[in-house]
Formats: sequence, C-alpha cells, structure tokens
Amino acid sequence: MLESWYGMVDFFLPFSWLGHSFMKNAFLAVLLVTPLFGLLGTMVVSNRMAFFSDSLGHGAFTGIAIGVLLGGIKPLVAIVTFSIFFAILITVIKNKSRLSTDTIIGVFSSTAIALGLMIMSRGGSFAKFSSYLIGDLLSITPSEIGMLIGVFIGVILLWLTIFNQLLVISIHSSLAASRGMNTVAMEICFAVALAVIVAISIQWVGLLIINSMLVLPAAAARNITVNVRQYHLVSVLVAVFSGVTGLVLSYYWNTATGATIVLVAAILVFLSFAFRSRVTG
Amino acid sequence: MTPNHRHNGPCCESDCHRLCCTKIEKFAATFGNKNIFQDVNLHIHCGELTALIGTNGSGKSTLLKAILGEVDHSGTLEYLDEKGARSGNPLIGYVPQYLNFDLSTPTSVFDLFMACLTRIPSWLFAPRHVRNRVMQSLEKVKAGHLIDRRLGALSGGELQRIMLALALEPIPDLLLLDEPVSGIDKNGLELFYTIVSDLRKNYDLSIILVSHDLDLVARYADRVVLLDKTIICNGTPEEVFADQRTRKIFGMLVGP
Repeated sequence: MLESWYGMVDFFLPFSWLGHSFMKNAFLAVLLVTPLFGLLGTMVVSNRMAFFSDSLGHGAFTGIAIGVLLGGIKPLVAIVTFSIFFAILITVIKNKSRLSTDTIIGVFSSTAIALGLMIMSRGGSFAKFSSYLIGDLLSITPSEIGMLIGVFIGVILLWLTIFNQLLVISIHSSLAASRGMNTVAMEICFAVALAVIVAISIQWVGLLIINSMLVLPAAAARNITVNVRQYHLVSVLVAVFSGVTGLVLSYYWNTATGATIVLVAAILVFLSFAFRSRVTG
Repeated sequence: MTPNHRHNGPCCESDCHRLCCTKIEKFAATFGNKNIFQDVNLHIHCGELTALIGTNGSGKSTLLKAILGEVDHSGTLEYLDEKGARSGNPLIGYVPQYLNFDLSTPTSVFDLFMACLTRIPSWLFAPRHVRNRVMQSLEKVKAGHLIDRRLGALSGGELQRIMLALALEPIPDLLLLDEPVSGIDKNGLELFYTIVSDLRKNYDLSIILVSHDLDLVARYADRVVLLDKTIICNGTPEEVFADQRTRKIFGMLVGP
C-alpha cells in the first residue's frame, strides 16, 4: 500500500525534498496527524484546556519511562496506556474535587514529569531519552504509518459522534446536563482522544512543543472565524499548511521538523491577529 | 394550621389529579452538616408562573439545581398530566443564569441550537431544514435576526432570550428560569417577562422563575414563593408582599 503512495508522490509531486522515502513517509504522517491536531485543538482552546493538554505530554513522558522500567513491552503500548490512565485520572478527580482545575493539573503534571525524569536518569542514562524532548519525525516507520491511519479514522469517527455534545458542554455544563447529556463521560472521551494523539505523536514532535501543535492552529482560526464550521476548517487548514511547510523548511534548513512546524504555525497566529478586527468586529 | 401552610390555599393534593401539575415533595439538601433547605413542598400548576424569591444564601439556586438533578437531595419530583395518564420525571427546560464561556469563541447562535437539537455533526454541516427549524424557534422570542451572531457578541438580554428559545425546544413540562442578578437593562427584562408571560398562556407551561427583581415579580408572577432555608410564604404576589415575614426579610423595601 505504501508503494502506491510512493508512486503517487513521485508522479504528482516530483519535488527534490520528496525524493527520499523517509521524506515521503514523513509527508504522509504530517498529512494524517496535523488535521487531527487542528480538529481536537478547537475544543482545547474553546474549553481553556491548554494546560491540561500540556500535562498530557508530561503523562506520556512518564509512560516512556515506565515502559523502559517494565521492559519487554513495546514503548508505544506503555506510552499510550499510561497517557490514557493519566487523562482519565485527572478528569475524574477534577470533577470530584473542589480544588481549582489548574491546581489539580499542576499537581499531577509535575508528579508525572518528576517520576519520569527520576526513572530515566537512574544510572546516569538520561541522554538516550533526550530525543523524546525534541522528537524526530523523519524516523517514522511504515508500520507506524499504518497505525496512524487507524488513529486518523478513529478520531474522525469520534468527532462526528460527540462534537455536538462537547460544544454544548463547553458553553454551559448544567445546560448540557438538563438536556440529558452525560457531561463527565463526554469529557473523558475527549480527554482519552487527546491522550492518544499526544502519546503517539510525542516521539515525532517532542515533549517540549507538542502542546503548541494543539493550541496554535485553533488559536489562529478563532481570531478570524465566527462559527464552528469556519473554525474547524481554518484550524485544520492552518495545521496542515504549517505541517507541510515546516517539513519542507526543516529539510532544506536541516532543523528539527517539529519545531519548524510550530514556528510556521506561530507566524500564522500572529498574522491572524492582524486580520482579527476585520472579521469578528 | 401552621404559618408555613397558611398561604398554600387552593393548591393541594386533590387538585393535581384534575390539572397537570409538577409536584415537589419533601425536598431537602445538605452540604456537609449544613442545611441548604429542607421540607420544601411545592405544587406547580400548568399555565402558572411561580416566582421564587429570597435573599442570597436562602437556597434558591440550590433548589433549582436539585430540581435539575445536579445536586444530591432527598424528596421526590413528579409530573402529572391533566388526565393523570402520564406521570414521572418532567421534561425540564432550563435557562441558566450565566453562560460562563469564552467570549471570543467562534460559536454562533445557530451552532448552539444545532448542537442541542440534532446529532448531525455541526462542525461539518449546516442543513437548510435545521436552519429553518432554528429560525422558527428564535422567532418565538423575537430573536430571528440573531441566528448568525456569535454568542460572545450578544447582549445579556439577547442571550437570555436565546436561552429561553432553546429551553422551549422541545416544549418542556417544567421551565426553570434563573434570572441574572445584573447585566440586563430594564427594557431587556421587560421584554423577557412579556415573552415568558405569553408563553405561559400559549403553551400552558409550568414555570419556576428565580428572580431578584421584586417589582417585575409583583407584576408578572401568578404565585410567589419566599424561600429561606424552607418555604416561608407561598401565595399570590399581593399576599406574599403584604406578609410581615417578607417585609422583614427584604428590609421593608417592598411596596405593598
């Protein structure tokens, strides 16, 4: 299947940066994963969940460490499992506790990162994990791309199913409850989807900037849109455009791909501020 | 006869078998060891606007949340229709006091309605038939022109009318209105009360309104319930506002 993708790219996009097969793989990965960041990011920004999604990166980081500690299982399995557990834990406690959300997330986030760092630094071997801080998109393998296709389909189906409810909950949770929506269950679904996306992408994008991938496209989009359809469309376009542009630039400039993508997205956010007053008045 | 029941007057158990009615019986809620309210018994008839008044901390908002089922409480809530044919949990329409959303959020009035009323993903589609339905719904509260407005760009009064229209889709058995303490100008409030008053007649709705504007309550409510940890006083606006206890609680600010 990947062979036909290579053929298509060579035929339709005969650019030198797409010459190597690792670049074709990375290109496909960008096309699969950035729209998901664009989609989920809309709700992250609307619900002021940037801190929460940031903590998911920390949770994923601990997952890496735990995977290493346990040994025997694939690192990705450990990362995804722990991230989901972490996301559900925070969501449930947030709903039960009277402490402010920020405080709860702060506590869990720092606990997770401390635990992760402790395990990784045991015996002075931290250096081999530093790639997870920056990420390496060009290292993506064909089997990982297969998995990405699965995640892509899963997230789109989830978004088709639960977005309406999430939107109402984000406007007013009592209103949503009065209309028979299960607010906690929906929140958990969303948190799990975010956790999965962050967990699988962290090895390619890196802990330091993964949250920007969720926040920046939506932040740019909300400056220049007035309804949810425009919001989603622009957010996804910004995410994909930043992804592809960042990939090309990083190839020619020989820079970290994730960071280059984020920088392109950040420039688009600044541009969106300039157009803001014209659109939303 | 205890003072608490003196004003219950015509609303009694037997009435409920002939009229449609929402019965709240023995409602009580506690927070830790603290009683928020107790022994609240209310029968709300269809076509009646019942205003719930009381000072801050009297338990009004918690009572509303208990009726919504959001706060743990004891007691029963039952709905009976006029023939006694259907009973059980009432379908509740709810107009919240505030919407605590990000004002810059790109969500239009139409988006909110569509997300509440349909399962069609609103981030992808905006079908014509849904739009027509939302427009009809908004016309009921004289807000058709606001359909494409961003929620964050609405005034307090406009938002309140929008939320009212939403609470009427579908037509509920019981409508709960939590009126904002501030942020709505006098004209906006008058318009809101006029609309609610018309709705009550046209749709034979039972309405519970938590209100802070005693002046408007006196003019529009059919029944006033004074709450202070329990029901202190329950009757027509004239009866309740003439009552010594009401005058004492509100510090004589109430006109006769």
